[in-house]
Amino acid sequence: MAQPLGRLKESASQTAGPYVHIGLTPNFAEIEGVYEADLGISMVNDKTRGERITVTGQIFDGSGTALKDAMVEIWQADAEGLYNSPAEMRGSADPNFTGWGRSPTNMQDGEFRFETIKPGRVPFRDGRLMAPHITFWIVARGINLGLSTRMYFADEEAANAEDPVLARIEHRVRVPTLLAPRDGNGYRFDIHLQGDKETVFFDI
Amino acid sequence: MSVLSNSKPETGSFFQRDLGWHPPAFAPQYKTSVLRAPQKALISLDNTLSEITGPVFGHNILGEFDNDLIHNFAKPGESAIGPRIIVYGRVLDERGKGVAGALLEFWQANAGGRYRHRKEGYIAPLDPNFGGCGRTITDEEGNYSFRTILPGPYPWPNRVNDWRPSHIHFSIFGHGFAQRLITQMYFEGDPLIWKCPIVDTIPGREAIEGLVAALDMEATLPMDARAYKFDIVLRGRRSTMFENRLEGS
Ligand SMILES: [Fe+3]
Repeated sequence: MAQPLGRLKESASQTAGPYVHIGLTPNFAEIEGVYEADLGISMVNDKTRGERITVTGQIFDGSGTALKDAMVEIWQADAEGLYNSPAEMRGSADPNFTGWGRSPTNMQDGEFRFETIKPGRVPFRDGRLMAPHITFWIVARGINLGLSTRMYFADEEAANAEDPVLARIEHRVRVPTLLAPRDGNGYRFDIHLQGDKETVFFDI
Repeated sequence: MSVLSNSKPETGSFFQRDLGWHPPAFAPQYKTSVLRAPQKALISLDNTLSEITGPVFGHNILGEFDNDLIHNFAKPGESAIGPRIIVYGRVLDERGKGVAGALLEFWQANAGGRYRHRKEGYIAPLDPNFGGCGRTITDEEGNYSFRTILPGPYPWPNRVNDWRPSHIHFSIFGHGFAQRLITQMYFEGDPLIWKCPIVDTIPGREAIEGLVAALDMEATLPMDARAYKFDIVLRGRRSTMFENRLEGS
C-alpha cells in the first residue's frame, strides 16, 4: 500500500443533446431577451489586425447527412501567433481579437460560419513552429464526448510540410482531411464523422 | 477581459484524459451515436499552446438574471412554474483545486419536461415564463450557484418507450481549451437514471454517480427553494509548460 494521491476524476461527459442551441446560442434558438447576444458570435472588430477570412463548413454523419443540431467552437492565435489568454506568456495578443468563436450549424443546410482572421504560427512544445491552424471542438446529439480537431490551411504547403502535429499522422492519406481549401474570401472545412473521408480527430 | 486578481495563470499541459471513464463514441443503446461516432482511433497529442490556452470570460458579460431561470424569461412580476430549486457547487480540477472564473452555461426542459425549441415533439405544454437557459461564472474558490425549477422527465425517440430522467445540461469552460466539457446533472433518487440509455453510455457506476446532485436540506431556503449540490471536476494540469523543452530552442 502507498499513500493515496487524492486525485479526483474528471466529471464524465454526456452528449450535448438535440437542444444544445438553447443553452449555448439561445438567440439563434429563438429564445430572445435572456442574453443580449450569443457568446462567440463575433471574434473581430474594425481594429483587428490580420487578413480577414470566413471559415465555413458542414459536419457529415456516416450516411453523408449534414448535422443541423451541432455546435462548433474554434480557438486560434492572432495574426502574430499569440493567444488571447492568461496562459499566453510570450507577449500580449491583439486586444481586438478574441481568438474564440462559437457557431451553431444552421437548420437549413447545417453550415457553420466564422468571421475571423488568419492566425499566425505558434511554436510546438520543442520550439519548432507549427503551421497556422485553428482548433475545433464539436458537440451534438449523438456525440458522447466533444470531438477535437484542427483545421490547417491547404495553401500553406511549406508550413504544413514541416508541421510537427501533421507529421504525427501515420496514415498520410488522412492528412488532407485537416486541410481546408481556399473558397472565395475564406476557407472551407468540411468535417466527416465516419467513412473514407473521416476527419482526423485528436485525443488532446 | 478581466483577469482574476490573485490567481497566477498556470501553463502546464493537462492530465491525460481517461477515455475509459467517459462514454465511448459508439454506444448503440443510444441510437444517434451509431452514425456519429468516429470509427478510427483518435490521434494522441500532448498539449501544445493551442490546447493549454483558452479564452477568459469576465463577470461583466453577465446580466442580473442570468443565473435565475425562474425569472430570466418571465414577464415582469411573474415567474416560471415548477418546484423551485437552487443548484450550487464548486468547479474543481482533478488536483482538487477550485477553478476560478469558469464559465458555466446550463439549459433544461421546463417542469413538464418540454423544451422551448422548434424541433421539440413532446406534447407537454410550454411555460410562457420559462426560457430554459442560464449562465454564471465561478468565484475565486470555484463556487457557483443558480436558481431554477426542477425540470420534468421527458420521452424521446430512441427505443419506443425511453424517458430521460430529470436533468440539467451543463457546459463548462475552464482555463484551457482542452478542459472544455459538456455534461448533464441528474437528481438524487430519480429511478429513471438507471433506465436511461444516455446515462448508460457511461461505462462505470462511479462515474455516473459523479453526475448525480445531492439534495441538501441545510442549504434549502425554507418556504422557497430546495437545494441540490453539484460539484464538477475538470481535467487537472501539470505545473509548468514545456517540461521537456529542448536546450536552446
Ligand atoms: Fe435534455
